[in-house]
Amino acid sequence: MGNDLLPGTLDMLVLGSLTRGPRHGYGIAQHLKKISEDVLDVGESSLYPALQRLLLSGWVAAEWGASENNRRARYYKLTASGRKQLAAENREFDRMILAIQKVMSCA
Amino acid sequence: MRLIRRLLYFFRQRRQTAELAEEMEFHRQLVEQESGDRYAANRRMGPSTLAREDARAVWLPLWLESIPQDLRVGLRMLRRSPGFSILAILCLTLGIGANAAVFSWIEGILFRPYPLVTHQERLAALTGTARSDSGPTLISWPDLLDLQKTCTLIDSFIVTKITGTTLSLGDRAERTIGSIVSANYFDAIGVHPILGRGFEPGQDVGSKAHPVTVISYQLWQSRFKGDPAIVGKMQRLNGIEHTIVGVAPEGFLGTFVGWGMQFWVPASMEETFEGGPYKLEDRSARWIESYVRLKPGVTLEQAQQEMSAVARRLETDFPATNRGRGMKLWPLWQTPFNNAGTLLPTLGIMLAVVVFVLLIACANVGNLLLVRSFARRHEMTVRVAVGAGRSRLLQQLVTEGLVLSAIAATGGLLVAHWCRHALVLLFPARGGVAMTLPGEIDWRVLALSAGVCLFSTFLLGLVPALQTRKIDLAAALKSEMSGVVGGAHGKSVLRSTLVVLQVSLSFLLLVGAGLLMQSLQRIRNLNPGFSTKGVLETAVDLRGAGYELQRAIHFNEELLDRVRALPGIESAAFARNTPLSYGSYSSSPIAVDAYQPPPDEPPTVEYNQVGPGYFSTIGIPLLSGREFTPADNETAAPVAIVNDVMVAQYWRGDDPVGKRLQVNGQWRQVIGVAKVSKYQSVRENPKPFFYLPLRQDFTAGTALNIRTHLPAETIASALAREVHALDANLAPYEVISLQEQMDRSTSAQRVAVTLLAVLGGLALLLATIGLYAVMSYTVSQSSRELGLRMALGAGASNLLRQVMSRGLTLTAAGITLGAAAALASTRLLGNLLYKVSPRDPLVFGSALVVMTVAAIAACFLPAWRATRTDPARILRD
Repeated sequence: MGNDLLPGTLDMLVLGSLTRGPRHGYGIAQHLKKISEDVLDVGESSLYPALQRLLLSGWVAAEWGASENNRRARYYKLTASGRKQLAAENREFDRMILAIQKVMSCA
Repeated sequence: MRLIRRLLYFFRQRRQTAELAEEMEFHRQLVEQESGDRYAANRRMGPSTLAREDARAVWLPLWLESIPQDLRVGLRMLRRSPGFSILAILCLTLGIGANAAVFSWIEGILFRPYPLVTHQERLAALTGTARSDSGPTLISWPDLLDLQKTCTLIDSFIVTKITGTTLSLGDRAERTIGSIVSANYFDAIGVHPILGRGFEPGQDVGSKAHPVTVISYQLWQSRFKGDPAIVGKMQRLNGIEHTIVGVAPEGFLGTFVGWGMQFWVPASMEETFEGGPYKLEDRSARWIESYVRLKPGVTLEQAQQEMSAVARRLETDFPATNRGRGMKLWPLWQTPFNNAGTLLPTLGIMLAVVVFVLLIACANVGNLLLVRSFARRHEMTVRVAVGAGRSRLLQQLVTEGLVLSAIAATGGLLVAHWCRHALVLLFPARGGVAMTLPGEIDWRVLALSAGVCLFSTFLLGLVPALQTRKIDLAAALKSEMSGVVGGAHGKSVLRSTLVVLQVSLSFLLLVGAGLLMQSLQRIRNLNPGFSTKGVLETAVDLRGAGYELQRAIHFNEELLDRVRALPGIESAAFARNTPLSYGSYSSSPIAVDAYQPPPDEPPTVEYNQVGPGYFSTIGIPLLSGREFTPADNETAAPVAIVNDVMVAQYWRGDDPVGKRLQVNGQWRQVIGVAKVSKYQSVRENPKPFFYLPLRQDFTAGTALNIRTHLPAETIASALAREVHALDANLAPYEVISLQEQMDRSTSAQRVAVTLLAVLGGLALLLATIGLYAVMSYTVSQSSRELGLRMALGAGASNLLRQVMSRGLTLTAAGITLGAAAALASTRLLGNLLYKVSPRDPLVFGSALVVMTVAAIAACFLPAWRATRTDPARILRD
């Protein structure tokens, strides 16, 4: 999975899943799966490189914390620049979807 | 920001990797819990190692990440076989060190010769040219001013003219070298005195108008004891009190390759130091050596074009002095008026030689690596078997080569650092003043050395890399298991090629060294036409001490009386110039009765002014007539002595004694014929030359020749006492024998011989080691075959012959190749050779013998070991 998405979309989805507070990797994957009603099943081979990219860009920050079942887990949260980036990507995404819809409806 | 984060990651790599693994493991466990099946997690998520690598690759490309690992492996490999490592590093250190040292000399002497001078890349030397003279000429002051006014592409013109004085401080007088410079000198070269200041504009105008001087840091420290209030004090230079206006910074040596300047005076003081009439307004008086600084972005060609155009205008404006004359710019490293020109060919040859040595060292280390690559064949095969790609293997090998050559390069730079001032050791001091030939290790030398290091890494990494290409997994694993030596053929060809290459390169160097030694021998055995044994040479600088003519004549007479009275002195005589010295002779147009010069003959002949008894003192035989006596003085009839070349040329071999010779427009009677001798250089051809009595054409800068059996040191102290007794401010020059004088004049040859002999010996040693290594290896690899042969009845001598003949075949191939290369290239030694053919059979023969003996020595031990093979043991194994 993930490979079928538009390029860069996965990073945006991961960012989006963090708007309501920090999550660990598994939580992000679960969240995406739940919200998308099982359409987006993100494996670790695409999720963790995506998280590393976001860390490298400084859009998320990572921090170790305790999980629901009291185990050590690494939590990711949005940074200020991450929020800004998400907003920008949302706008861009809306523009793109609109464009695609226009093209498709005329076809 | 991203770069900083990447760097942070790089330094915390280990922790980051562990954290990533922990986090992903946690993820997997949760998936497992959710589905209750470990394998389902793996099925759904793919192999975890790959995922982890993908995630890590976001931060750092994997090949970069593996470099520290490769470095560790490389260092471990070096530690594991210390013998190999030490030999390989030593070979490479010598190779790289020799290169770096020569680079530093070339940089420090030819390209950035002047410490502390800014923007040397824009400096160029300026000389005049003359249609009648093939070499460069000096420039007149008015011409230089005109160039300065007109040329738009030049930032500044700098005048420098080397000069000397006898500096008397306290009871010690000492020869000191300095420069006559234009007033803009220090500003134009960007050197600022640490005390006081440089010269002010206008201080280079007028006759003896500005007696001021800037002194060097060294002079300030050694002769003025670092006096902090030195500026404003007076110092007598050439008889005139000069005000010290500044002290140059430490390390500034002036702008003359070969000598460090101790003082600078403005051009207005030129008469005091140069002698002769006032030259600053005389367009025909050419005496200036000059540099220009080009404006940024201007090429030498553009500046030359402009310069030539101005020179042409000067030709039409001042035909009387400038007809047929031009101006020429030289790149700094070709500067014709200092030692750069004489050192250029020597440094060029040295560069070629050290590149050879590096190649030989690389071939040697390559051979060692080949041996090791065989030992590591198993390791490589296993690596390939567990999935290492070719490029990954190559990266490992190149990294290991890099470790090797980086260690060697560090050692090499240390060698170069120690040797950077070593070149001057090969050159003797002249006139009691030591030469200065500083090497310079700057970023360009470092970059070049790094380039050499990378080049050798490439060569070294290439050898084992060629081997990995041939790894055939199945066959290799199988053969490793059965213990059969396989694929040795290709390797032995490569090894043999490397040995042949080494032998041929060292043969080439041996021939070069042999040729130079031969010509040095010829020069040493050459009869210069005067006695070299039992004749000493020295001088007293009267002009530097400010003596005028009459006083100098008087001083000379008195000193001569005192010297002749010393015990052990046979005779003594003054002369304007000593044979083979740095000074130049006078020359004059001549005329002879009944002789019509052909139109292409040079109109002037050189001559020396010599005192009574000169010929008997210096040992030049008179073929006819008499020599000068004290009676041949300024009031007597003008006379001259000519050499036999002149007799043959101007009098068709008839004895000219009693006939007339016109010199400088004055007719003189020829009173004697002297045998031809060497005048300026030992390598010159016999040339026309004549002598005038010193008293009839007196100059104050005179040399003193003394015939004695006593050693130079004894005479030196006695002479210093006598000179001091006559004038407490005077000291004689260094006292040396004429043999010493001859040796000094051949210093370029001696430097080349020394270096080629040392490096040729080094190359021979390396090649011998290489040959030995190959032969030992061959013997150890073919022990089974040797054992079989022995079992079948081959005697020890038989085996010895077999092994030796293989080694000697390689040597013969190398020598043949080397001889061909030598025949083609020894011409390049050019004028360093003297009366020796570049194809001298004796030299080639000797090199052949030396190389063969070395080869036999290298092959004998392995061959002997072969005869000790125990056939029973070998066959049992």
